[in-house]
Amino acid sequence: MAFPHRPDAPELPDFSMLKRLARDQLIYLLEQLPGKKDLFIEADLMSPLDRIANVSILKQHEVDKLYKVENKPALSSSEQLCFLVRPRIKNMRYIASLVNADKLAGRTRKYKVIFSPQKFYACEMVLEEEGIYGDVSCDEWAFSLLPLDVDLLSMELPEFFRDYFLEGDQRWINTVAQALHLLSTLYGPFPNCYGIGRCAKMAYELWRNLEEEEDGETKGRRPEIGHIFLLDRDVDFVTALCSQVVYEGLVDDTFRIKCGKCHGPLLGTSHMAGLVFNEIRNEHFSNVFGFLSQKARNLQAQYDRRRGMDIKQMKNFVSQELKGLKQEHRLLSLHIGACESIMKKKTKQDFQELIKTEHALLEGFNIRESTSYIEEHIDRQVSPIESLRLMCLLSITENGDARCSLDTHYGPEHLLTFSNLRRAGLLTEQAPGDTLTAVESKVSKLVTDKAAGKITDAFSSLAKRSNFRAISKKLNLIPRVDGEYDLKVPRDMAYVFSGAYVPLSCRIIEQVLERRSWQGLDEVVRLLNCSDFAFTDMTKEDKASSESLRLILVVFLGGCTFSEISALRFLGREKGKREFIFLTTAVTNSARLMEAMSEVKA
Amino acid sequence: MSCGLILFFQSGRPLGAGVRLGMGLRMNRTKGDEEEYWNSSKFKAFTFDDEDDELSQLKESKRAVNSLRDFVDDDDDDDLERVSWSGEPVGSISWSIKETAGNSSSSHEGREQLKSRNSFSSYAQLPKPTSTYSLSSFFRGRTRPGSFQSLSDALSDTPAKSYAPELGRPKGEYRVSYSIHWFDSFHMLFCQVCSLERFRSLQDKLQLLEEAVSMHDGNVITAVLIFLKRTLSKEILFRELEVRQVALRHLIHFLKEIGDQKLLLDLFRFLDRTEELALSHYREHLNIQDPDKRKEFLKTCIGLPFSAEDSAHIQDHYTLLERQIIIEANDRHLESAGQTEIFRKHPRKASILNMPLVTTLFYSCFYHYTEAEGTFSSPVNLKKTFKIPDKQYVLTALAARAKLRAWNDVDALFTTKNWLGYTKKRAPIGFHRVVEILHKNNAPVQILQEYVNLVEDVDTKLNLATKFKCHDVVIDTCRDLKDRQQLLAYRSKVDKGSAEEEKIDALLSSSQIRWKN
Repeated sequence: MAFPHRPDAPELPDFSMLKRLARDQLIYLLEQLPGKKDLFIEADLMSPLDRIANVSILKQHEVDKLYKVENKPALSSSEQLCFLVRPRIKNMRYIASLVNADKLAGRTRKYKVIFSPQKFYACEMVLEEEGIYGDVSCDEWAFSLLPLDVDLLSMELPEFFRDYFLEGDQRWINTVAQALHLLSTLYGPFPNCYGIGRCAKMAYELWRNLEEEEDGETKGRRPEIGHIFLLDRDVDFVTALCSQVVYEGLVDDTFRIKCGKCHGPLLGTSHMAGLVFNEIRNEHFSNVFGFLSQKARNLQAQYDRRRGMDIKQMKNFVSQELKGLKQEHRLLSLHIGACESIMKKKTKQDFQELIKTEHALLEGFNIRESTSYIEEHIDRQVSPIESLRLMCLLSITENGDARCSLDTHYGPEHLLTFSNLRRAGLLTEQAPGDTLTAVESKVSKLVTDKAAGKITDAFSSLAKRSNFRAISKKLNLIPRVDGEYDLKVPRDMAYVFSGAYVPLSCRIIEQVLERRSWQGLDEVVRLLNCSDFAFTDMTKEDKASSESLRLILVVFLGGCTFSEISALRFLGREKGKREFIFLTTAVTNSARLMEAMSEVKA
Repeated sequence: MSCGLILFFQSGRPLGAGVRLGMGLRMNRTKGDEEEYWNSSKFKAFTFDDEDDELSQLKESKRAVNSLRDFVDDDDDDDLERVSWSGEPVGSISWSIKETAGNSSSSHEGREQLKSRNSFSSYAQLPKPTSTYSLSSFFRGRTRPGSFQSLSDALSDTPAKSYAPELGRPKGEYRVSYSIHWFDSFHMLFCQVCSLERFRSLQDKLQLLEEAVSMHDGNVITAVLIFLKRTLSKEILFRELEVRQVALRHLIHFLKEIGDQKLLLDLFRFLDRTEELALSHYREHLNIQDPDKRKEFLKTCIGLPFSAEDSAHIQDHYTLLERQIIIEANDRHLESAGQTEIFRKHPRKASILNMPLVTTLFYSCFYHYTEAEGTFSSPVNLKKTFKIPDKQYVLTALAARAKLRAWNDVDALFTTKNWLGYTKKRAPIGFHRVVEILHKNNAPVQILQEYVNLVEDVDTKLNLATKFKCHDVVIDTCRDLKDRQQLLAYRSKVDKGSAEEEKIDALLSSSQIRWKN
């Protein structure tokens, strides 16, 4: 289909060794507690763990029973308990309750806590406060890079987004720096570094310090990956807030792909890889049906060949081809099922209308209609997360606070969510001080007002145009197209949004790589409020092969979407036979961003 | 298998090809073109619409694939991933945990089998790591096995000593010796219990904090803050953090995480961040389960310094919960008494406590629609108390009454009388929405028809009528539009020999109509 593997594309580094390393280290740690033990695993670590180890490996290292870490008393009768957890306070309290219950019952066991990817001092402090410091031994399992695909590494840290972008907690920056350090140890130094965002800059500096510490280890190694680009999620919220229409993104929006597996009702837990999927994942959804029908026809033809076969040929067929065909058949039915389910869901929620509104917001025309659409969306109680998302999109693209009386509809707790959205910059404020409050109260009053149309007057009175609009203009994010945009033969990265919008994050990366610096992008950087946080760092390239210079590692701090991945995959293949590799703190989408901002009970 | 094969061969006709997709969703255009753009069929975009060819293509693919199923399924799938009833692959860790949870007495046999299936040998055969990524280089300086299990170990360790007394030196020099150990956060954190105690002067403490901040590692910043919190008075700590925003945010997050609400509120008070103070206090209600206690708590929030707008919401939140408690007690009683028809016919699925306002309104439109305005549970009372906009009210009431199939109530909702006593139908949400909601609630065609007819825009009306099979409306509208072609096309969509077909035939042969085409 659109992205056949081109023979001239550079070869990707072998990331499977990351899995092996993680597994080796885990085994090493399990052996630090010799003898039979029960293992308690945090729910969030289960899927990543599944991708690098299995039950029999754990059994080999004397893990007897497996339990999920949840707020229930443990039934384990083992003499040794091992906990595999994220460094979270609530996990420490859980462990403390188990240990203290044992102490009360006069029972002595051995306890070991393995923190992944690292331990935090605050956790140890809780262990100390609970009086069990010393009763439990602590270790770290530095498993922070999970290859989800040949070109996609995930840190599986969705909490990075909230912790850093909402709370301003820099606890994961060291984890990122360690991960980058590991990559450079394994795959050689990165000769060209670029970055934008405050977090990107800090992670970069911390990483550089690590490299200096361990000087010599990467020295003399030939770089395998020529460029690295670090980018903060808050540089581009808009892209992450849009509805996705490339297949993989749409599947993620609809069913949620978790750790490379889809947990939708129809897809079961099939791995999202597989031949069929590889060919359609980056496609605009409109091409998928045609592709599937083509595949179905081919499959049918393959089976048809059996008609004229004699016994020997048949035997051959069964032993050699049948397995592959069966696998393909299974994948095909999965994807057809998924498509049906997507269509059903999207028809129900007026997807067409929704997309139209989003495009209007991106292009900045007809704000009145978009605003009333969003208002109606809220009134119809379609979904609180969706409504929040649209409001954030409206607010950022128009640079005005579009607060509606959401709490009326979705419960008063949204008061807290709003405050969070504002702090994270997902709901923007037009100007500080009086202007803001005036506009805001006017807007919110009008939204609850009977005369819905009036809200637009409030918006049209915003004299100042938003930064997004200016950035969009500067970077030409809304492509000018004569005639129709043929989604079958994409002409630019905008295809991931039906030809309406080039993802801002991807455009920035494209521009910087083209110039190999930020030169000429000063105005854009200023509009992004990143004047102090856009950097480049080039080392001498004498050792970098031309092959390596065609590989670019993009690091998304705070998450990236499948649409962005598809767009950059397209860019890599389209322009100069390059190949992008993705490192993200987690794969994200608009719903995950919104959910990360809501408050739940402690 | 033979049966499957026959089935398979029979379905061997080619699948529908003709793909009419791929039309872009946008064109270069100005504002003025917009209308035309969205409506023009020339730019017909891919649509998520049931009736489309795309979907029929999908259906055909499905048929083809399903036809292969019989054939494929009767083989055993030994080589394919085995999936348990819960959807987890058998042998996976997630699956195994569910097993433990479901059957705490353990299902040993099953796992023994797995053990032999998936033996350790596969692991043992892995290539040995090469020197570039040896375990030792990877582990170095991080998790040092077996070290520092006890306090005495830590005390006797040298890094603690070299780490602490460097502050007297010039900055550059300090930095160097500092950096020898800072990477080794394991050391630093473990040792600071003893080592940080040496930072006793305020100046040393602040320098330590600044050093931590300049490293960018949040874990280290928090570690230092915990030390400062323990060794400085609240006022001094707060005062110093006020000018150190990065550190301040770390402390706030730390206090939130460990749930030290008291100190957090003190901090906000000190910083004069009144709104955050109020929100933080308000947030506590999420942790109170008991409705009466929660209500009492919300009462304490009312006077807090929220923004003017938030204040109103807090007041509403309190009033709403107060109402819900009354309604809940009353309705639970009615329901258990079994005397009220509505509760017998439609038992409540959940308590109304802590539900959003609109859900409460829906509930009251469902169970208490006819009540007089004076009662707390009447919809009109809710509308007034919470100043619910008309549009919202109508939408909610419509959904509730349609669900109960109370068509008379639906009718009354949109009927207005003018001063002369004439009645007129009016819908603040637009009749197209009304039709959609009615359709979702499986309203009969006669009812749907009535409301489709009230849609003002002719195109919308025609679309809706076609979509919901309101034949009469389609036919009449075509007649009114004098659109013979469309009527002719529609004839193929109605049942053969039906009254609709007769009606269309009568119109088509009528000489009274001057068709436009």
